Amino acid sequence: MRPNSLPLLPAGQAPQDLLLDLVLPSRLELLEEVRERLDSVLGPLGLDEAARDRIGLAAHEAVANAMVHGNRRNPVLPVGLRVLLDGGDLVIRVADRGPGFDPAAVADPLLPENRLRPGGRGLLMMRALTDEVGHEPGATGGSVATLRWRMGGDARTFHP
Amino acid sequence: MAKVTSRKSGDVTIVDFTGRLVIGEGDYVLRQTVREALEGGAKNILLNLKDTTTIDSSGVGELVSAYTVVTNRGGKLKLAALPPKVHDILFITQLITVFEFYDDEKEAVASFA
Repeated sequence: MRPNSLPLLPAGQAPQDLLLDLVLPSRLELLEEVRERLDSVLGPLGLDEAARDRIGLAAHEAVANAMVHGNRRNPVLPVGLRVLLDGGDLVIRVADRGPGFDPAAVADPLLPENRLRPGGRGLLMMRALTDEVGHEPGATGGSVATLRWRMGGDARTFHP
Repeated sequence: MAKVTSRKSGDVTIVDFTGRLVIGEGDYVLRQTVREALEGGAKNILLNLKDTTTIDSSGVGELVSAYTVVTNRGGKLKLAALPPKVHDILFITQLITVFEFYDDEKEAVASFA
């Protein structure tokens, strides 16, 4: 992994707020290492294990989604991951080089007719594990998923 | 690293899953093990998830697929010893009402009778 070259952050982001900055090839075997790297920056924030698990799983879903649905498992296409503090929020941004992602096009996995479908639950899990999830086009193509947690302001998230 | 083994208790095949039930790792080995159990004539399958350390949406999808394929063959698939993390995810995805699950393996095995 090397420092991120994808334009994931808005202009003017204070560098000291950037906790983690990775670019990795679209290889699923890297997901466990991503989780370890994430844990290494979440630990000093004083988050309990339950909170770290929720953040880690949401990030895992976003990165897996970027590799599989964004980059179509093409290992030469990069996924960018940035973890930062934005005011009182913890923010994770995950960027891919895929054709773009429209959350509205994802079938609701909670509808009875979709309940037993094997796929389509990643976005649901991200929404349940975060305070906010957004997807937008990347500055140079692809898609950027933004996961947000409000530090200290939401007991539901940090003390499930 | 995911590891899956299977054993028999009467006419119930117990599949013990250890590790990460996630995309590209545990999902594949679980699928293989359930398929082999069915090809070996198993009808009643109990997935023991006691040592499952994490589960993602692909792992959930694999549980659903296993449930569907076993049910479609006239068998039963049940879950045992769900760790809280797995229980939470099945609750979030509203699959907790789909699966029959037991805290205790013996009780689960007896439920197939």
